[in-house]
Amino acid sequence: MKAKHQRLVLIGLAVAAMIGAALLAMSALKDQAAYFYTPSDAIRDHVEAGRAVRLGGMVADKSIKREPDGITIRFIVTDNAATVPVRFTGITPDLFKEKSGVVAEGAFDASGTFIATNILAKHDERYMPPQVARGMHKTESLVR
Amino acid sequence: MHIFANPARFLTIARPLTPWLGWIGALLIVAGSIGGLFITPPDYLQGDSVRILYIHVPAAWLGMAGWSGIAAASLMQLVWRHPLASVAARAMALPGGLFTAICLASGSIWGRPTWGTWWEWDGRLTSMLILLFLYIGYGALTSATSGRQSGDRIAAIYGIVGAVNLPIIHYSVLWWNTLHQGQSIGLTSSKIAPSMLWPLPLTMLGFTLLFVAIVLMRMRAALAEGKVEARLRRLANA
Repeated sequence: MKAKHQRLVLIGLAVAAMIGAALLAMSALKDQAAYFYTPSDAIRDHVEAGRAVRLGGMVADKSIKREPDGITIRFIVTDNAATVPVRFTGITPDLFKEKSGVVAEGAFDASGTFIATNILAKHDERYMPPQVARGMHKTESLVR
Repeated sequence: MHIFANPARFLTIARPLTPWLGWIGALLIVAGSIGGLFITPPDYLQGDSVRILYIHVPAAWLGMAGWSGIAAASLMQLVWRHPLASVAARAMALPGGLFTAICLASGSIWGRPTWGTWWEWDGRLTSMLILLFLYIGYGALTSATSGRQSGDRIAAIYGIVGAVNLPIIHYSVLWWNTLHQGQSIGLTSSKIAPSMLWPLPLTMLGFTLLFVAIVLMRMRAALAEGKVEARLRRLANA
């Protein structure tokens, strides 16, 4: 075997071992590195009341209700398998709307309502002009 | 690649190629930017802020392509001992890191009006920030060990090890729940409407040509510097 072939094999083995180690680390991180809980995750894992977490999913259609004080809203987050009611007091991003993606930061209260302290809008990977969008439904993509 | 083992032959090709790549790249960037800023329609959801796409996506691509290039050159250096490989790897580090920084900055500016935040520690954003740190580390390593054989080898190993981060960046939006949306453009399909997509290949190709031109310039500068150093050493010994 020539020296350069020996080096190639050696480096190939090292790279394979490295990629294997990285994949193992990533799969171990799978739960910790998740940026948010979906409603199904939150119910399955019994996220305890008061623990600071993020909740992500779609805002259910016709679920946004404004309370009399004018700045508190209630809405329902869904992943088409489970739903969580959310309450939030404050200003939401422009892209926060029904049938659209949302990530809420906050904690569950004792009754199972998610009390959000911050709302982020999550949009999907599709971009299109308004006249195209008007002709089609714009849901489903965030719920895998 | 073996024909470039002779730096003089490399220079006879690189020297005339550099301005062509640079100017055609600049032209494509200008054309794509005009298309992206003035001609394409706004997005149905985001309005005009979607136009950051035409800079953000090429910057992300070149940040990752830059490190792929460093890893490939490092492999050529370690296995085949190609004399220009370490020069090429070092030349790619600065523009690659710069485009990574542009990607992070433009993404942050884009995130504020759309998501409602400048920065979140989600999988895609964090792995891209790690890429920037890798570039900074590479720059520190190569400048600390420049001109030494062992230093070249350490930098090459670092370049190959750092490439582990590239698939993590790519798959972060699939493996984990992230705030960043999934992939819009695949090899065969795109989730961007055609009327909004067309300037993107222009700016992507334009920035890529500009990137190659910068790398060639930096390689030529490094080779010239090496020649000057060798001549000074000969004079000192004489």
